Parts: sequence; structure tokens; C-alpha cells
Amino acid sequence: MMLSKGLKRKREEEEVEEEKEALAVDTWWLDPGHPAVAQAPPAVASSSLFDLSVLKLHHSLRQSEPDLRHLVLVVNTLRRIQASMAPTAALPPVPSPPAAPGVADSLLASSDAALSASMASLLEDLSHIEGLSQAPQPLADEGPPGRPIGGAPPSLGTLDLLGPATSCLLDDGLEGLFEDIDTSMYDSELWAPDSEGLKPVPEDGSGKAEAPELDEAELDYLMDVLVGTQALERPSGPGR
Amino acid sequence: MVLQPSERHYRDWSHRRLGPWCSPTGSPAPLSCETGCGEGSWILVCRLLVPTQVSLLSMEEDIDTRKINNSFLRDHSYATEADIISTVEFNHTGELLATGDKGGRVVIFQREQESKNQVHRRGEYNVYSTFQSHEPEFDYLKSLEIEEKINKIRWLPQQNAAYFLLSTNDKTVKLWKVSERDKRPEGYNLKDEEGRLRDPATITTLRVPVLRPMDLMVEATPRRVFANAHTYHINSISVNSDYETYMSADDLRINLWNFEITNQSFNIVDIKPANMEELTEVITAAEFHPHHCNTFVYSSSKGTIRLCDMRASALCDRHTKFFEEPEDPSNRSFFSEIISSISDVKFSHSGRYIMTRDYLTVKVWDLNMESRPIETYQVHDYLRSKLCSLYENDCIFDKFECVWNGSDSVIMTGSYNNFFRMFDRNTKRDVTLEASRENSKPRAILKPRKVCVGGKRRKDEISVDSLDFSKKILHTAWHPSENIIAVAATNNLYIFQDKVN
Repeated sequence: MMLSKGLKRKREEEEVEEEKEALAVDTWWLDPGHPAVAQAPPAVASSSLFDLSVLKLHHSLRQSEPDLRHLVLVVNTLRRIQASMAPTAALPPVPSPPAAPGVADSLLASSDAALSASMASLLEDLSHIEGLSQAPQPLADEGPPGRPIGGAPPSLGTLDLLGPATSCLLDDGLEGLFEDIDTSMYDSELWAPDSEGLKPVPEDGSGKAEAPELDEAELDYLMDVLVGTQALERPSGPGR
Repeated sequence: MVLQPSERHYRDWSHRRLGPWCSPTGSPAPLSCETGCGEGSWILVCRLLVPTQVSLLSMEEDIDTRKINNSFLRDHSYATEADIISTVEFNHTGELLATGDKGGRVVIFQREQESKNQVHRRGEYNVYSTFQSHEPEFDYLKSLEIEEKINKIRWLPQQNAAYFLLSTNDKTVKLWKVSERDKRPEGYNLKDEEGRLRDPATITTLRVPVLRPMDLMVEATPRRVFANAHTYHINSISVNSDYETYMSADDLRINLWNFEITNQSFNIVDIKPANMEELTEVITAAEFHPHHCNTFVYSSSKGTIRLCDMRASALCDRHTKFFEEPEDPSNRSFFSEIISSISDVKFSHSGRYIMTRDYLTVKVWDLNMESRPIETYQVHDYLRSKLCSLYENDCIFDKFECVWNGSDSVIMTGSYNNFFRMFDRNTKRDVTLEASRENSKPRAILKPRKVCVGGKRRKDEISVDSLDFSKKILHTAWHPSENIIAVAATNNLYIFQDKVN
């Protein structure tokens, strides 16, 4: 147990160090000697994959105009990983490595409470950061809802921010033109870190929460939460 | 950098092939060499032949003397980011080959005409025209820069002396007219020879201007600009078989245009959800049926293909046919969806089949069977165990294209390490070739490559871990009727062909 936890922490430290850079090909999980190696990534790999996917999501969102396909694929993959990391077993079967089924199972069992709690807070944090609507959104239809909480999946809300302003005059006239403009983009610090002074213009009245500033400290905190080295405290959210 | 004809590095070597080539399973080719080399012995002396095209494509033809023609049309030393080729397309006769690049430039090559003196030069392509199709733009409303990279080029069938093509970046489609001018009028009354206006008071006689021959000039003019119709990034354009309309597809919508009308288009597919939070799928490619002007297909990031009939309704949100292969449970992983995402869809020339490319395979579907493809070809299955790493470095999101040959008997697609693959649908044989300066001498036979997946690596094999994932062949094109292929490797365009002497 201790050994596997230590192993896990070590990998995630590596990933935290490299952050958003293109990671060198990290082949630890391809090491045939590693007990967790299998055709499908086992539960141990999932948390690293989760971190990686979250990083990719953030990186994608930081683009001035995100590649929608890339974003959607990362989000869907993140959902899969989240679903598989949930403590309940009613999930799309992730085939356990035949060599070490015990390792995967014991990890799942032991990381139950800690993992789900950290997941819960992470998702809350992410939903604040992404400026989601406060109303909890149902999880997407496909895949069993494995997460114990009903909070809005962090990634889903980000897509709403992508409802872009359209300069297309073919849409429904002038009103449609203004209706479609989603100026919350300018408020979200992910897009323009310097635009702290902008007030949001509610374009369709859905009343999205404004995104608090996401600076390096926040990101570091996020990573700490993921790594689990920090107590599960909410940030003194500067939400407006 | 504007590519001038003199700048092109066009080399023409000739090498002779000595020795037969024999596929592992096929019968040896007739010997034509002096040294009697057996399989696996390659001696480059003068003229080299291409075994792959020989064995795959023209079984019945005499393969003793065939030529390969490597044209290195862009020199590596000029390489900049803007030179990266982003699309390649032959026109309907194969006489012209257009490339678009990241810098918004279009370069058109024309096939060398056959001449008595230089018979062997026929089949080589020279620069015909170069023009700047798209410039970087700035969307002030969104504070976003719009890339000038050419995503797709599609030719219109030729209807008069001029050539027409569509080129598109992320947001705007343009119709270009490429025409030749070899005469100019001389003898104006109101202008002098340098073009300066003459004082009308000095004109005492009138003359009729005459047309005099001049050096051939190829000019490209933008005839139509189809703008402001796409909120998301355009990934495909397709000319309809009626030659009057075409479609443009972005991540969430497909629009139908009439060539004559630029200020409006019809939206025929819209998969944008009312609530963007529910978005789970995007459109990745779309194409019109080659013969039925009412039919088109579009593929999705979830590995599905929808065939739509525009006669059914104005908005084709409900498909006529839905093609999807059930997931193989033994291959299931976190990356299943990503690798199932279709990056390209192409109708066969016959219109009976569609071919799709996902990350690891190429699939051929019969339009009459929606449940599964009729053929599946593994492009680089050795990457299946590397998906984690490929996800990490984003290579798993690379979008490879695929093409049919003129007779729909062979399909081709690209891979990494500058490899590209050909699959013969009839013989079920396949080959891996490499498009790189270091490994292929001009007019050399392309040596089949092999990737070693494990165990002992044979000589000339490349191990999976040695593959260069930055060298990817995303764009290829096949001449409509001949065995000539164009392969884009970063900023290099390779043209390979086989020819009987």
C-alpha cells in the first residue's frame, strides 16, 4: 500500500514539474516489468491520465480559439477517466491486468474516500474557475454516472464559453447577432488574464458565474489538490 | 517567399534497376538484370524501378523496365513554418497539381508535356502558378487571429480554357480563376507604349489595336469570396456533381453554396446543441457523392458516418444512413474514442464505397451496409500499445487523409517517420514506403520499409521506438487515371510514378 502510494506520488511529481510542456515520452507504463501494465491503462495510470487530461483541457482552453475537436475529445476522455476512477464498480469494465489484479483492486478500494473527496473538491474548484452556471448540470448521457457528487462536470461548462460571437449576418438579424455574442469569454481569466476589470454582459440570461482570476498560485493549488499533498480546503474564492 | 520556377530544385537522375523484386508472398518478377541479383539485393547503378507500384498496381504489365521519378520540388533549406504543405490535390485530368501551405499560398504544378526529345521527362511536374490565396486576418469582434493556412483545395471540372479551384482557410472559401495569357494588345490610341496617357490634342489619327504574342503568363484572380458563414473552423469543402453548388463544413455546421452567390448560403447540417455544455461530437469531414448531387456524407469525432439526402428535407439533421462499427471490447481503452475519430472520408470514384481514416486504420464501407465496414486495413497497429505516449504528445490527434487510386483498387494513406502505406484491395497486399530525401535517390526504386514491433530487429527494419513522430505524412493525392502520386512531407512534395519504358 505504502509502496504503491509512493510510486503514485512520484509519477505525479514528474508531471507537475513538466506542467504544460510537451512531455517527453514517458514510458514507465510501458515497462513490461511493471505489474500494472496491461492492454488498457489500469487504475494506477488513471490518475496520471486524469491529471494529464486536465492539463490538456486547460491548455486547450487557453488557446485564443480552441480546436473544438481536440477539446471535445479531451473532455470525453476525461469523462471516461473520471467514471473509471469513481469508487463504485458499476462502470465500463476496465480490464484488470491479468498479472496483478490485486494491485488494481486494492488501489481502488484504498483510494475510495480520499479520491472521491478530492475529486469532489476538484470538480467544484474547476467549476468555479470555468465560470459555470451555478445550476448543477446532469452528467452526459453516455456512460454510467460514476461520480458520487452531483456537481457540474468541470469540462462541460467550458464548452458553453465557446459559444462564440458570430459575425455571421446570416443569422436571425441584429438581435440574433447580439444575442449570440458571448462576452463572458472576455471575463474568464483563462482567455484574457488582464481583463479583470470587465463586467460580464449576460447574453442569454443564464447567469453564469464569473470566473475568478486563475493565476499561477491557483494553478499550483489545483495541482496540489490533485496530488493530494494539501488539505482539502476551498480556496477563499474571490468569486464576484 | 514566393516560389519562382527557377528556385525549384528539380532534379532528374536516372538509375537502372538491377535485379528482380519479389514480395514475400508473390512470385518473383521476371529477371531483367545483368547481375542476376536475387530478392533483397539492391544495386544502384543508373535507373531504378519502383517495385511497389509494379506489384500492386499493374500485375499484368511487364515490370522489367519501369521508371521512378522523384521530384523534389521544394528545397529543404528554404524550410520555414509557412512552407508546411497543408493540402494536395490533383485536378480532374491530372494535368495540374495544387498544393496549399500554412502561409496561405497556393502553388500549382503542371505536368510536363510529352516531347520527342525528352520522352522520359513526361510525367514530371513543373511550377505553373503561385499565388497568395489567404492572408492572416484579425477578427476584431472576438480579438482572434484567423490563420491563413489553406485547409483544403478542390478543383472544379474544366469547362473552358481557364482553371478554377476552391481554396479555404478556417473561415473563408475563395474561388480562384487561373488563366493563361499569351497575347497582349498593342497600339492603343490613348496610351503610349509605356502605358502613359497621351494628350488627346496630339492624337491626329486613329488605329485599331492588334494582339501580339507575348511570353506566357499565368495569372490567378479571385473570382468569388465566400465569407462570414462559418463560426467554427472549416475542415472540408466539396464540389457537387452538378457543378453549380458546393458545400463547406466546419466543426458543427455544413453550408451549401451556389458558386454565383456569395452573400448567402444554405445551412444543411447543424449539430450544435442548444446548450454547448452538451457538446460531445463534432463534424470532422464531409463530401458529396461523385454522381448523385443530392447525396453527401459527413463523419464525426465519434467514428460515425452519416449519409444524407438533401431531397428529404432542407435541414439534413436526420440522416438517411448511419455507418458505425461496434467497438471491439478487447481493444477498449480510455483512448477508444479518440482513435475512432474519423479524420477523412472519401467516396470511391464509382460512388459505391466510402473510405474512412481513423487513427490506426483505414476502413472501406459499402454504402448498402451500415453495420460495419467491408474492409479494414491496419495502418500502424504497432502504435496501439503506445497510445498513452501519443496522447501525451498530442500525436494521437493527428489527422491523416486517405485517397483512392483511379480504379478504386488501391488505397493510400500516410503515417509517421515519413512513411506512407498502400493497400491493394484485390490482392490484399500492402506496402510501406518512405518519402524522405535521405533514403530515396531520385529515380530510385522505393524500397519497402518495415517496422519491427518486437523481438529481433532485422537489418533494414526500423524499431517502433526509433520512429520520428514529427515527420508525419498527413496529405497525399493520387492522379485520377494514372499511377502518379503526390506525397507531402512537411515542406517537401514528392511525386512518385511508375512508367513503362
